[in-house]
Amino acid sequence: MAELFVSKCCDKCWHEFGRPCPEIIECLLDGPICHEGDRCQQQRADRIAQLRRERVDHPVIFVGTGTCGLGAGAGKTLQAVRNHLQANEVQADVVEIGCIGLCAAEPLLDVQLPGRTRVSFQAVTAEKVDAILQAMLAGEMPAEGLLGQHRPRGEDQKPFEGVAYLDEHPFFAPQTRWVLANCGIIDPARIEEYIAFGGYRAFTKSIRSRTPAELCDMVEASGLRGRGGGGFPTGKKWQFARTAPADQKYLVCNADEGDPGAFMDRAVIEGDPHRLLEGIAIAAYAIGATKAYVYIRAEYPLAIARLVEAIRQAKAKGLLGQNILDSGFNLEILIKQGAGAFVCGEETALLNSIEGKRGMPRPRPPYPAVRGLFDKPTVINNVETLANLPALVDRGAEWFSALGTATSKGTKVFALSGKVNRTGLVEVAMGTRLREVVFDVGGGIPDGKAFKGVQIGGPSGGCIPTQHLDIEVDYESLKTVGAMMGSGGLVVMDEGTCMVDVAKFFMDFIQRESCGKCIPCREGTRRMLEILQRITHGRQSEKGCEALERFQGVMYLNRLAKVIQDTSLCGLGQTAPNPVLSTLRWFRDEYEAHIYERHCPAGVCTELLEYRIEADKCKGCTLCAKKCPADAIMGAPRSPHYIVPDKCIRCGSCVDVCRFQAVVAQ
Amino acid sequence: MEKDIAVITIQANNRKIEAKPGEMLLAALQRAGIQVPTLCHMEGLFPSGACRMCVVEVDGQRSLVPSCAFPVAEGMKVQTHSPRAVRARKTIIELLLADHPDDCLYCVRNRNCKLQSLAEELGVRQRRFSGAKSQYELDTSSPSIERDPSKCILCGKCVRVCEEIQGVAAIDFVGRGCQARIGTAFDQGMNVSNCINCGQCITACPTGALREQSHAKQVLDALVDPELYVVAQHAPSVSVSLAEEFGVKAGTDCDGVMVAALRQLGFDRVFDTSFTADLTIMEEASELAHRVANGGALPMMTSCSPGWIKFVEQFYPQYMANLSSCKSPQQMMGAIIKSFFAQREGIDPSKIYSVSIMPCTAKKFEAERPEMAHDGVPDVDAVLTTRELARIIRMRGILLEGLEPQKPDTPFGDRSSAGKLFGATGGVMEAAVRTAHFLLTGKEMDNLKVQAVRGLNGIKEAKVKIGELEVGVAVVNGLANARALLEQIRQGRTDLHFIEVMTCPGGCINGGGQPISADPEAVRARMQALYNIDRDDRVRTSHANEAVQRLYKEFLGEPLGEKSHHLLHTRYAQRPTVN
Repeated sequence: MAELFVSKCCDKCWHEFGRPCPEIIECLLDGPICHEGDRCQQQRADRIAQLRRERVDHPVIFVGTGTCGLGAGAGKTLQAVRNHLQANEVQADVVEIGCIGLCAAEPLLDVQLPGRTRVSFQAVTAEKVDAILQAMLAGEMPAEGLLGQHRPRGEDQKPFEGVAYLDEHPFFAPQTRWVLANCGIIDPARIEEYIAFGGYRAFTKSIRSRTPAELCDMVEASGLRGRGGGGFPTGKKWQFARTAPADQKYLVCNADEGDPGAFMDRAVIEGDPHRLLEGIAIAAYAIGATKAYVYIRAEYPLAIARLVEAIRQAKAKGLLGQNILDSGFNLEILIKQGAGAFVCGEETALLNSIEGKRGMPRPRPPYPAVRGLFDKPTVINNVETLANLPALVDRGAEWFSALGTATSKGTKVFALSGKVNRTGLVEVAMGTRLREVVFDVGGGIPDGKAFKGVQIGGPSGGCIPTQHLDIEVDYESLKTVGAMMGSGGLVVMDEGTCMVDVAKFFMDFIQRESCGKCIPCREGTRRMLEILQRITHGRQSEKGCEALERFQGVMYLNRLAKVIQDTSLCGLGQTAPNPVLSTLRWFRDEYEAHIYERHCPAGVCTELLEYRIEADKCKGCTLCAKKCPADAIMGAPRSPHYIVPDKCIRCGSCVDVCRFQAVVAQ
Repeated sequence: MEKDIAVITIQANNRKIEAKPGEMLLAALQRAGIQVPTLCHMEGLFPSGACRMCVVEVDGQRSLVPSCAFPVAEGMKVQTHSPRAVRARKTIIELLLADHPDDCLYCVRNRNCKLQSLAEELGVRQRRFSGAKSQYELDTSSPSIERDPSKCILCGKCVRVCEEIQGVAAIDFVGRGCQARIGTAFDQGMNVSNCINCGQCITACPTGALREQSHAKQVLDALVDPELYVVAQHAPSVSVSLAEEFGVKAGTDCDGVMVAALRQLGFDRVFDTSFTADLTIMEEASELAHRVANGGALPMMTSCSPGWIKFVEQFYPQYMANLSSCKSPQQMMGAIIKSFFAQREGIDPSKIYSVSIMPCTAKKFEAERPEMAHDGVPDVDAVLTTRELARIIRMRGILLEGLEPQKPDTPFGDRSSAGKLFGATGGVMEAAVRTAHFLLTGKEMDNLKVQAVRGLNGIKEAKVKIGELEVGVAVVNGLANARALLEQIRQGRTDLHFIEVMTCPGGCINGGGQPISADPEAVRARMQALYNIDRDDRVRTSHANEAVQRLYKEFLGEPLGEKSHHLLHTRYAQRPTVN
């Protein structure tokens, strides 16, 4: 039996499944529309206030159980909450929510008492639950773990005095949360809550009163560009597919988020799946697709589960399926799980994978918008791109394009990770300075270390050094410093990071994940990795003419990189040398130290470390010489020892055993 | 050049050339005589864009573009050999060489290897990239094909020919990154894969990663063994392709010279498989008449092509009854050599070493089929491909140009030109129609040439009038086409009576054992050579072959008779597939 949105306000409401009211969403939010009546209006308003939790009858405990939360122990926290409520016979609602973004402070727990604002606590591991709940339920503010309180919502919520508002928190204050607006706020498993916050209004209004062409124009005018990395204007892409004649078209949502350190798409799907579904529905309608695929990696089981449930609910409400809200528009959304190949995030490889073929890119042209999935016109949009649509379409192109820079509009979600105090998921307006993201939102570098750079854009991106930290987040500006927007991975690096090592990490990733189809990517990335490996290897592990090969490799590194960029089949290959080229551009001195001085300034490349005993500190206790597995330490008892560099295997055991800090590694 | 209605002009290397709208740049360049190298391009298939060797510089494009997959546009400006493009190509070849065994001198494709010749063309004189090389095991499990993945450059042509041309898909890409390789299902040996042994992958392969399972050594040993009586038979299509191996223009028939060379090699007798092709026609035409008269399984399908037989046994066992029960000409020859011939000459069949020279690798598999033996003695002991024969001739220092043409030996050396036509797609059908017409009407056809079944089209169909009877015939080459036709039949098509299927596109003239030619027109030239032989021959029908008539009189009795049944017919069994 299909679920109705709400109980009818009165007999005049004729909405029912199979004979739906096209304006049902607006009716719920601001209705009733088809008739007047204070009582009916009140009934609607009450229901919305209840769904938005402006008024609650019992205490509500929210636990952030996204994958990041669960990783930090939110599952145990949740159980502890349930145990506490049961043990104390407290009648309260427990709600599992997605991630609000502050991953560094997980597990997060919110408490909302009747008549009060919602209060957030951080790092609430299971053992802290009792104390927090006990205090809160008793009307006291716990001393420990307080993160801040939400703004009062509705008229009934009384704020706590002396408790900072969450939106004033340094992590949240600089952010503009459009895509993440609901993440960590609403219950992702209830479509009603999404609707209560204005969800599905843009979609249902569009299929009722806008032509696909109007929608495409609107999105084109808004300046929305693909958030998956390429930055192609979304509206333009749609126009190609919309105008391509075909009996069947497809909309594909690319949720094959594979960049190391990137988790934007996962958080959106886990925290607000209906936003994505609405985005897909809008895009599908705009291009004339009646079938949509979500290509999501199988490593995201929770996101998949949320999506499956969301699709079920949307179907049950008549918001997906045949003749949606009597508009004549049909849409079926199917989930296709990817098997974990990075290259399947490349759109043509992704299409092959959906078709059941090996995930290898196809040559373009023909572009997918003309000949894509099953040879039909297909638009492939990234999760974040699609999740931008509901608000964009709801509020209009002008609203959207008012934010951002000349060529980059709206916001961008980044997964902030690495050597930064507040790791997490952040959404900032285009044009925000990178410095703000790292130092304000991220709270700077831990342990008082110096900032060295950020790696942006995943394996296809590049590193941005200190001198360009004031660059604005913008598709074009990032390119000028050899980086790219990418999908949103943002890894912060401090002085303890070796940039050659970073380049090596990404090359290793890429050469393993190359599909193997085109020669420059398959063979070239492998050789680039080997060249990097050689310069981080010590002389002692070189044999025969390997030293010569090391120099030769360095000489050809640039040429090789250029050819890979110039000739590779797909975007993965064309951008594969970027991590090397950008580190080479901004951190050339580090490469030179590795190559000429055979020294790693950051002390990361162990084979290049030189171990030395400081004679004035050495007491000649002989302990290090006894421990040395390579007999590399010489010296008479009670006189300073020394290390024979050619014998030293750089195991570090002498450092560990020395009680006088006489052994140093540089 | 034929003029199309719409022609656009592009500028290549500062020269105006014509192109057809919608075509790929590479095609236009090739037509204009501009050579752009490629390792993965396959004429007529959707471009794969894998090798990136054909990259050129196009004005307005940020990076180099692959000309095989880049459509032409009016006014486009192309530089095919700019320093940037050439440097990219050279780097790609250097990268391939960095992961290639350095054993050209030991390689079966030495001097006929695309990688080698491109390295030479691009002037690779230095090892710029060095590092780990992929190590893989040789797969020698197949009776027909050897795979050496360490020589593979992953151009993907074998995969595509197997899947898109042959409809088999026995091999595919496996693994990612530098672990990527071509493999079989579950990495099992080729012998247990769905491989039908056609060898089209070998002729597609630009390097030595795929090659035939060679029988050359066994044959050379047999030739010097005084105990053995070594007999050769050569297939119809070999004489029109062998000369290419010696640098002669494609389509030159060297039948007599080849016979002379075989005698010089030491074969005691040299027979012509076209003779048993004639014999096949006698049996097959009778079988068709018998099936039509007695309500046998129709349409009847030919059984000369061993790749096709395995294909049916694997994928369409429900049509095994439709296959003609006739053995292939190779196996008919093998059977009568070790029976009739041995008896007549007074030689112990176990002392006869029977060698067939075939354009085919699947024939090696066919010769090893257990049912192709009598009393444990195989009817055919060794199968040499055209390429292997050429190698042996070179090895023994025989110069073809110095040889006087000779005639093959009796009793199995005389053939009709109908038997010779077996070498090209449609040939079996044409020969069968000629003989069926005579058998059913008692008269020869007015015009022996059956134009409808000639040519290189993948599926050719005709309604043939034989007296009052109208027979629906179809000729298929390339098993993807055969699959398409079988699917039509499966869905209820009933207007066909006789279907000729050749595994390889174009038939035996393009078999997996044929010379690996750089000339895209070679197959057409070989086909024309066969048609010319037929045009000029005195005896053009199988039933008019007096040697065949004599064999029936002296030994076999009549077509489909007791002896025929025993020696010339076989049966089929379903094979499991690997999925």
